[in-house]
Amino acid sequence: MPTFDLSNTPLRDLNSALHRLSAGANDTAFEVVNPRGSHAVAVGIDSPVKVEIRGSVGYYCAGMNDGGTVTVHGSAGPGVAENMMSGTVVIEGDASQYAGATGQGGLLVIKGNAASRCGISMKGIDIVVSGSIGHMSAFMGQSGHLVVLGDAGDALGDSIYEAKLFVRGTVKSLGSDCIEKEMRPEHLEKLAELLEKAGIADARPEEFKRFGSARKLYNFNIDNADAY
Amino acid sequence: MSYHNPHTPPRKSATFDDATMAEIRRAAATGIYDIRGAGTKRKVPHFDDLLFLGASISRYPLEGYREKCDTTVTLGTRFARKPITLKTPITIAGMSFGALSGNAKEALGRGATIAGTSTTTGDGGMTNEERGHSQTLVYQYLPSRYGMNPRDLRRADAIEVVVGQGAKPGGGGMLLGQKISDRVANMRNLPKGIDQRSACRHPDWTGPDDLEIKILELREITDWEKPIYIKVGGARPYYDTALAVKAGADVVVLDGMQGGTAATQDVFIENVGMPTLACIRPAVQALQDLGMHRKVQLIVSGGIRSGADVAKAMALGADAVAIGTAALVAIGDNDPKWEAEYQKLGTTAGAYDDWHEGKDPAGITTQDPELAARLDPVAAGRRLANYLKVMTLEAQTIARACGKNHLHNLEPEDLCALTMEAAAMAQVPLAGTSWYPGKAGF
Amino acid sequence: MCGIVGLFLKDKSLEPQLGTLLSDMLIVMTDRGPDSAGIAIYGGAAGGRAKVTIQSADPSVDFAGLADALKNEGVGATVVVKSTHAVLDIPADKIGNVRDALSRVRPSVRVMGSGESVEIYKETGLPKDVVARFDVRTMSGTHGIGHTRMATESAVTTLGAHPFSTGADQCLVHNGSLSNHNNLRRELVREGMTFETQNDSEVAAAYLTAEMAKGKDLGQALESALDDLDGFFTFVVGTKSGFGVVRDPIACKPAVMAETDQYVAFGSEYRALVNLPGIENARVWEPEPATVYFWDHEKAA
Repeated sequence: MPTFDLSNTPLRDLNSALHRLSAGANDTAFEVVNPRGSHAVAVGIDSPVKVEIRGSVGYYCAGMNDGGTVTVHGSAGPGVAENMMSGTVVIEGDASQYAGATGQGGLLVIKGNAASRCGISMKGIDIVVSGSIGHMSAFMGQSGHLVVLGDAGDALGDSIYEAKLFVRGTVKSLGSDCIEKEMRPEHLEKLAELLEKAGIADARPEEFKRFGSARKLYNFNIDNADAY
Repeated sequence: MSYHNPHTPPRKSATFDDATMAEIRRAAATGIYDIRGAGTKRKVPHFDDLLFLGASISRYPLEGYREKCDTTVTLGTRFARKPITLKTPITIAGMSFGALSGNAKEALGRGATIAGTSTTTGDGGMTNEERGHSQTLVYQYLPSRYGMNPRDLRRADAIEVVVGQGAKPGGGGMLLGQKISDRVANMRNLPKGIDQRSACRHPDWTGPDDLEIKILELREITDWEKPIYIKVGGARPYYDTALAVKAGADVVVLDGMQGGTAATQDVFIENVGMPTLACIRPAVQALQDLGMHRKVQLIVSGGIRSGADVAKAMALGADAVAIGTAALVAIGDNDPKWEAEYQKLGTTAGAYDDWHEGKDPAGITTQDPELAARLDPVAAGRRLANYLKVMTLEAQTIARACGKNHLHNLEPEDLCALTMEAAAMAQVPLAGTSWYPGKAGF
Repeated sequence: MCGIVGLFLKDKSLEPQLGTLLSDMLIVMTDRGPDSAGIAIYGGAAGGRAKVTIQSADPSVDFAGLADALKNEGVGATVVVKSTHAVLDIPADKIGNVRDALSRVRPSVRVMGSGESVEIYKETGLPKDVVARFDVRTMSGTHGIGHTRMATESAVTTLGAHPFSTGADQCLVHNGSLSNHNNLRRELVREGMTFETQNDSEVAAAYLTAEMAKGKDLGQALESALDDLDGFFTFVVGTKSGFGVVRDPIACKPAVMAETDQYVAFGSEYRALVNLPGIENARVWEPEPATVYFWDHEKAA
């Protein structure tokens, strides 16, 4: 298993090695040590490789991940797993702002807290946060699921489209056009599936509330001007 | 003698003119701001107010044929492993599939390829057709991130990070419900038939310090191959250019207020952002102050219409230009042959700008299959190629007349200005003088 | 746009290392700010004394014979020269007279900061060059803040660098871009504040000084700033005994903090904090938007 020590190896070496992997490659597991807050670690993965990162990373770790499994044994800076296409990213610690931003698929698991704008503009990604999330999360969320075991900050789901939000704790405030919605059997089922995928055994779907779009901003009406 | 009382003709107001009053009535009736496509329609100082001096006894022109005037340009020399070389400095600006029909995008790709230049995707992502038909394709990276994916990043020839555009610096994109067809909705992951709202800031970075880190990420994902452009509208061109350089751009794209858009509020188009002419000198100054002129290339867009405009932009320091509206006109937008249909839409050829309604008789700014079928992509591609070649020849002719063997060798000193505004904005002397506003002495 | 670092020491045994720790933190942030850098170090307050940090574009001329020139003006000072800056050590009761005296004997010299404890150094250039120029690594103190600048709208000059100090022992660094600073500057000029630059950050510093002059403490002044300042900002502020952090309500500009028994640290990126002692076990968090955080040696529990 190749190990990359970012304290004495250029980031370019790690990312280009990951990009050189093709189907059926021998090395399917990489280890990264001493990331020490580096940016753009393990970005642009496009094969089913496993990457274990020992330490905390900076911005955009696992950006545009497509099929890889990346685990950060530490915390992550802004934009972790941004625009992920498929695969899994697990953050053992906390994640900074914009976690999972514009993600189109795959699963992002954050075992600590996520900061503001978690799941901003999400386009199909599933995000599961064991802790709490910050303000403006799921802003303009188009599709996908955001599951939060802790609390959510101000303006949750502002201007949301069809993303589905599940929060077990308290929501400080809801954003424009985001309302609490009925939990139906299909939602409980989906939630159970996501909790299981995230390896969470101590939370039951019934403890969560569902939030989503009121759909009043779908077609412009001047009487909704205050919402903009 | 009887006293004859002359009739006083009725007098309309310059402030509350017909158009203004009509707009007030429209707003009162509908309760929504007026949305339209294209760029600013009002008259602003532009390249028309500049002239070339040409050759004389002190300067000698080049002959045609053997005495070549080179028009090639290479973009992305600063950091990219694979810079792009184009045969002409006239590129096709970003316009989305969704705003334009598939046939229109194909026409643009075909025409640009024949002419040896690039096209650019828009807010909605890259289509296979566009990648197939356009030899050199610039992939836009926008706040919306619709359809953004690493596969397309890697098969692009360059990446354009869009911070803003000339029609609406600070505004998001808008594509009203009628144009969200199944295919568009699918590509953008949106419900069909809704009004699309767009973010005005990027979702995962704000500010040039964080943009620098985002660019690092994009370079790492694409193994440092692709030139990275940063596009801004005409807001604070000096600072915007300097910051784009500091953030790590290979190319800066500057779009003045004449630059078109698919759809946004008329009030935004007409009142925010500076004319293209006002943006170029400050941007070039910033590059020169940083020692980066010609090392970070500058592409100028917004109201480029002829080879003269191309030559003037380059004389002021640009490395290349981009055309949007002009390209659409070349392939048939607002053509008088559809006049009867324009009349039915309440407009006339040359004025049609409700592109967001998706009813374009020319089949260009629409998703309606019947209308789109009116545009033959092969024939339209040929028209675009013709137009691009004409502009290139025009620019060459002017450059040769100024004694230049490369379009890049045109200088501000080859120009003079007809108006105070143009002189001040371009820092080019009034014709027959050595003075422009802001210059000490006379 | 910029990189900010800050360090507030709880453990006195770390005080001799303050300069080194801050220098390393700042150098890591170089990519965020290549234009200019600055550091404010608080330390060495001696009863009855005050310090004034001055800067000159022509140090060999301005600093020669400066102590004598000031003595003739009635201000007894020891002068310690550090490259383009110098620190004047004066009796505390002369702090009101020294600016007048300087303007008479050395009119082109600029005052970077003054107070009982603060020294401020800032210059154009990369952080590693700025810290070397002023020997920052050898400095010790109780707390300090540093800033490396990517100029957005105002010029890249020495004066345009942060920290900005507009009151005794007060200084501020800023990451972001204000949008109503021109109007605010006009108001503050009417209230009697003076400005050296067109920089938005200088307006923020002056605003806080003006609010504190009206009787507010730093915490209250920062609360008012949330209402009166428009735009995007993360501020780190230093006072004689304290250190404050605030982010605007939209909170797009980054901010990371780390706390242990030995210190409270701030960085624009986590990278800036990785070399701090005990960082592996520190409590690391991000300040909430529109919330004032403040630590004070004098109010320490």
